[in-house]
Amino acid sequence: MKQRKLVVVSAGLSQPSSTRLLADQLYTATVQAAAEHGIELDVQVIELRDLAHDIVNHMLTGFPPGALKDALDAVEAADGLIAVSPIFTASYSGLFKSFFDVVDKDALADKPVLIGATAGTARHSLTTDHALRPLFTYLRAVVVPTAVFAATDDFGADATLSTRVKRGAEELVREIDRREPVSVPDPFALTASFEDLLH
Amino acid sequence: MQFGIFSVSDITTDPTNGTTPTEAERIKNIIAIAKKADEVGLDVFALGEHHNPPFFSSSPTTTLAFIAAQTKKILLSTATTLITTNDPVKIAEDFAMLQHVADGRVDLMLGRGNTGPVYPWFGQDIRAGIPLAIEHYALLHQLWREDVVDWEGKFRTPLQSFTSTPRPLDDVPPFVWHGSIRSPEIAEQAAYYGDGFFANHIFWPASHTQRMVGLYRERFAHYGHGDADQAYVGLGGQIFMRKNSQDAVKEFRPYFDNAPVYGHGPTLEDFTRETPLTVGSPQQVIDRTLGFRDYVGDYQRQLFLIDHAGLPLKTVLEQLDILGEEVVPVLRKEFESLKPAHVPDAPTHASLLAAKKETQKA
Repeated sequence: MKQRKLVVVSAGLSQPSSTRLLADQLYTATVQAAAEHGIELDVQVIELRDLAHDIVNHMLTGFPPGALKDALDAVEAADGLIAVSPIFTASYSGLFKSFFDVVDKDALADKPVLIGATAGTARHSLTTDHALRPLFTYLRAVVVPTAVFAATDDFGADATLSTRVKRGAEELVREIDRREPVSVPDPFALTASFEDLLH
Repeated sequence: MQFGIFSVSDITTDPTNGTTPTEAERIKNIIAIAKKADEVGLDVFALGEHHNPPFFSSSPTTTLAFIAAQTKKILLSTATTLITTNDPVKIAEDFAMLQHVADGRVDLMLGRGNTGPVYPWFGQDIRAGIPLAIEHYALLHQLWREDVVDWEGKFRTPLQSFTSTPRPLDDVPPFVWHGSIRSPEIAEQAAYYGDGFFANHIFWPASHTQRMVGLYRERFAHYGHGDADQAYVGLGGQIFMRKNSQDAVKEFRPYFDNAPVYGHGPTLEDFTRETPLTVGSPQQVIDRTLGFRDYVGDYQRQLFLIDHAGLPLKTVLEQLDILGEEVVPVLRKEFESLKPAHVPDAPTHASLLAAKKETQKA
């Protein structure tokens, strides 16, 4: 089995949170799909609620406190990312955006990402494509075609949610499978000799 | 080992009473602070350079020359001199001049500056920050070491048959520290020339400073200037002291909570844990500062930030009394007893002149 790292970022605020429920469905389906491709996924879930103060402090001081630093490192080192936000006022939540504002601008380049969002009603369902997708496209991530939106009702009778979850998971795994494991460059490493810089 | 203070020259409202010093008051206060630092026996006073409010210090060499005339022993430096947006020719001239009037009590710290609009205000582009720092310093280095310079580069008009005047005092260029928070290229630059490396050590965790200093030391040895533990390392730091640590915390908290750079963010306790900030008794400052050596090795210069965030002059002068009477004498003795003989002190004009004479004899 190939070993790969999957990081799940969930921006749900309440406890329990439907955003986290969707995130759990997405990564569970991804782990199953990965197993069918001969990939063992090491999953780490990051709850942004736990890091909310650290995220603001990073913005105010310019450096990430310890727990946030670990989360940012994990995102950068991930072979695949699942990112799920609640929809607040017609877009991803401020906390979700703030987290990705402090992710290094190159950390998601060529990284397979599956996006998801939750909201009270299906009227918000295109937010995944008009808000989350461009955010990750800007960061040069490879966002898989299926984005999974779940309204509150979808957790009941809607049998198509699990279909969308499985489709998104399968697309994410195919992208992870096509790539070599991520290796994170050392930020302290010199990329050019000083003589080259000098001339 | 050298101990001193550095100021960023911010004009900030005192959050405890709402008063803001005028530019004129703050400028006179800085001079009083520098004179006091000399009186209490500190080794270094360093002043920042900024080109936007709320800072006043756009012309550090003017201020430092005035301070030089009113002090006896203290070495005058900068924190930092902008190598990107200043013309390196003007830096060469200004600091050589300062050397002469200050009888050699001068060195400088170079930095890039991270205020975006300052670059276009001076006709530069922040995206070229590193190449600018490298090219400008290469020219500065040459201007201080060659009487007649022919030069051509990317960022400045070419020079033919140019002589920077006055020549450095005794033909000994001021020692240069390269300051950087997180650019390995700058640590490399310091190592390449055998210059000093100064880690800001205020905003970032110790683990970060450790990596940057480690890189500089390794490259210093690589370029053949000595062993890694013989490289010249300076650290910043931030302290506030009272006899009882609870009093220090209580008095400093409103300044911390409202400070322009990190205010309204982490708690004082969080920031103290995450960064080298120490608020407490003189003994706590001594213990924490001695601990810096555990992750950067034996180092040559320790500068503290003590006059920012609207702290009143009286309080800053009291901090200097505590530093001079209770803290620095102990730190001097303790660091000295721990330092192996082969680790050099920070270069001064006198030591560089002596070394130059030694070389000429040989």
